[in-house]
Amino acid sequence: MILAHVPYFVAAWIFLWGLYGIVTSKNLVHQVICLAIVQTSTYVLLLAVGFKTGGTAPVFADIPVGTVVVDPLVQALMLTDVVVEATVMALLLSMVVKANELVGTIDPEELKIMQG
Amino acid sequence: MSPRTRTQLFLISALGLATIFTWGFRNLPPIGDYRGPYGNLISQVAVYERHTTDVVNSINYDYRACDTLGEEFILFASVLGVLLIFRPSTSSNEARNNQKNKSEKRQPWVEDQLPVSDSLRVGMMAMAGLMIVFGVYIVVHGQLTPGGGFQGGVILSSVPLVVYLSGNVKAFDRIVSASSIKFAECCGAAAYAIIGISALFFGTHFLTNIVPLGATGDPFSSGTIAIISICVGLEVSGAFVVLMEVYLREVIDERLGKKS
Repeated sequence: MILAHVPYFVAAWIFLWGLYGIVTSKNLVHQVICLAIVQTSTYVLLLAVGFKTGGTAPVFADIPVGTVVVDPLVQALMLTDVVVEATVMALLLSMVVKANELVGTIDPEELKIMQG
Repeated sequence: MSPRTRTQLFLISALGLATIFTWGFRNLPPIGDYRGPYGNLISQVAVYERHTTDVVNSINYDYRACDTLGEEFILFASVLGVLLIFRPSTSSNEARNNQKNKSEKRQPWVEDQLPVSDSLRVGMMAMAGLMIVFGVYIVVHGQLTPGGGFQGGVILSSVPLVVYLSGNVKAFDRIVSASSIKFAECCGAAAYAIIGISALFFGTHFLTNIVPLGATGDPFSSGTIAIISICVGLEVSGAFVVLMEVYLREVIDERLGKKS
């Protein structure tokens, strides 16, 4: 059972380590990158869900009729997200820059201004 | 809450979450044993219905186009957010100047004037041309081979970085601060929505493929899929170049010896 489910466990493993990084982070830049790692776990999960044994890429150029292909739906879901994630990270990092300018620190513990 | 207690609390709950994960994975089908109907169905009908050979893109820019439009606007909105956060304001300029005065001595990464070697300069310049051709190829062949607007857009947006690497900061400045970049980004985002709306004038649903589909395998096939792919390529490459400009503005100004 374990061997057949390894990618699922890898996804959970990446997700939990990313969360661990966010919780224990001492640096906002580090925290943003941990968030990106959490998001990466969804890619592993989606690829695992859509994979078929012996399947090739879902591009029907120069492959014989009847070839097994993997699920194109999950790939389409991932593809847009990879690019969008990069810009969302840029937005978060710009907030980090602003926090450093306003408060003078990027340690989340010392951002007293955020305490409501 | 002290960091120590928080970590302990996290470890306990993470253990719980890991247990739930393991319990949940138990009854999932093993890897490679795909059971969903949609993947199989769409692989069978996409080539016939949309005349595309790359099914992933026919999903992205046709079957699921409304969703991709939303994703594209996330991209647009976050770039807008970065521009808004970094907008020039007097208070932040003062704060930055204060910081600059304080740390004028210790910024070797900005000051380093290591000369760029000739081989790097020539190599990068040759690469810039190749990358433009490759990026455009990836954008316009999205419906035939793996690629499309998102991937090609990222390749195109890394061309200015190659120019920057070759030490030609002046050219980099000229490329990234061109107002046509922002114009292209907005046009890409708007054109996608306009293509969607124009389907309404033909009496069909939003984002229906209204353009003749052409012959499968031809670069001018697949109707709106190819057109939307080009729009997305414009928008993505524009967005990344705008981000580069915002983030590297200070470094560019210092390299060029401008006083902001």
